[in-house]
Amino acid sequence: MIIKQLSIFLENKSGRLTEVTEILGENNINISALSIADTAEYGILRLIVNHPDKAVEALKKKGFSVNLTQVIGLIIPHEPGSLTKALKILSGANISIEYMYAYAFDSKATVVIRTEEPERAIQALQEHKMELLKTSEVYEI
Amino acid sequence: MIWNEHFESMDRDELCKIQGERLKEMVDRIYYNVPFYRKKLQEIGMEPGDIKGIDDLKHLPFTTKQDLRDNYPFGLFAVPLSEIVRVHASSGTTGRPTVVGYTRRDINLWSEVMARTLYAAGASKEDIVQIAYGYGLFTGGLGVHYGTEKVGATVIPISGGNTKKQIQLVKDFKSTVLACTPSYALYLAEAIADEGISPKDLDLRVGIFGAEPWTENMRKEIEDRLSIKAIDIYGLSEVIGPGVSSECEQQNGLHVFEDHFMPEIINPETLEVLPEGETGELVFTTLTKEALPLLRYRTRDLTELNYKKCDCGRTSVRMQKCLGRSDDMLIIRGVNVFPSQVESILLEMSETQPHYLLIVDRVNNLDVLEVWVEVDSQFFSDEIRKLESLTAQIRGNLESTLGISVKVKLVEPKTIERSMGKSKRVIDKRRL
Repeated sequence: MIIKQLSIFLENKSGRLTEVTEILGENNINISALSIADTAEYGILRLIVNHPDKAVEALKKKGFSVNLTQVIGLIIPHEPGSLTKALKILSGANISIEYMYAYAFDSKATVVIRTEEPERAIQALQEHKMELLKTSEVYEI
Repeated sequence: MIWNEHFESMDRDELCKIQGERLKEMVDRIYYNVPFYRKKLQEIGMEPGDIKGIDDLKHLPFTTKQDLRDNYPFGLFAVPLSEIVRVHASSGTTGRPTVVGYTRRDINLWSEVMARTLYAAGASKEDIVQIAYGYGLFTGGLGVHYGTEKVGATVIPISGGNTKKQIQLVKDFKSTVLACTPSYALYLAEAIADEGISPKDLDLRVGIFGAEPWTENMRKEIEDRLSIKAIDIYGLSEVIGPGVSSECEQQNGLHVFEDHFMPEIINPETLEVLPEGETGELVFTTLTKEALPLLRYRTRDLTELNYKKCDCGRTSVRMQKCLGRSDDMLIIRGVNVFPSQVESILLEMSETQPHYLLIVDRVNNLDVLEVWVEVDSQFFSDEIRKLESLTAQIRGNLESTLGISVKVKLVEPKTIERSMGKSKRVIDKRRL
């Protein structure tokens, strides 16, 4: 259930993002989710890809600072109130969220959540019968 | 005007004789009171009685900044601590500043040479001296302070910074002399102009500027913008602080107070003494200082000496404005910074790698230091919060050791150019 997310340090320079996507494309790595956290001088690019370890290796070889971060993927109905319900479960279990990003399509929404305690978060969400993204749905083995 | 006409306008032969006698006494004192020097002298088979005159100086061993560090904090003092009335210190490598000490007589000596400096600059007891050098461990503020009191002028001990207040006091107290770093003088000139004040309406007429290198162009700019005469003064805490040498109103070289501080110019590689007029590293021997007598202290400043009599009437040797350094030390806002200090701070922090670049620039006439640190995969966190707290921690550690404010910028790995396996550590954008 724990998904390996790529975190890449990027200076705010034009063309850096393109370089990352190019390297991934050349290595036949597919991106399924992406988010950027930015500050005045640098940004952190976060990616969910189909071959995370291979992606890290390829990016490190090209001199990028890149790490794998554990996240979980939560699947909720695309309807009012469903995110609140999920968040209440986590706050009820005293789990704090570092950051998250999400996208809804058709009848469902996928929320990528970063917390310091992914195992406890998974346990709490499963106890409440919430649907979670399986690694097999993300990675190509 | 000359504060001490006897010593400042002395016949060269007579001066050499006095310097020789003082050197003899000085070597006596360090041989018996400073184990470090006794060992050094014994190593070359030298005993106190062997010194016959100032010409024997060239046979004596050198002292370096590293020697001061190795004997931190008080190891080179030649008197018991009970005789020390003051210590000053400049920033050194992590946790180890360069410490200097003064006896009561040393403080009197310091006041004397600073009084000579003020007179050379054209100041007197009629003046109101605004001291905008920092007070504290830095020697600038208190050094000028004691000399000003000795001359009998009025001291305004405002210390550095607080530009609005500086302008208010210049205006209201009618300060006539400004003492600060040349870059701060330019900054102040700009701030005065911004407030719509014309320098013609102020009483400032002389500036005594030092603690950092500056050019003739900067002098012209300061003089034009503040409508003053800008005098270059030179000193370093190891020798005494400000008051080692000073320009006179001729503004043609800095008169060294050589009855107390004996200068030599050496080739920094061969360590040979160079003749008059040749450029090399400036070396000082403190002939009379009690607490921390230094034998042939290598300043690392590059300059040349001129023994011709000056139009002002002084016969003392003049050194040219310092042209540069024979090491990698930077002077930023009057504070000495070595790239190795930054390196050791980064090495001490487990989260950082010692890949860094110092970028020094002058923005609005103030020196600014930016330190670039490479973000390595090992310590890179994917949370902005953690990266920001890391940045703040690096900044805090740098500022507390260097004693100046620093901007820290995280950059991608390999951003900092490596040449011949070693990185280029400093980009100095200041046009000096």
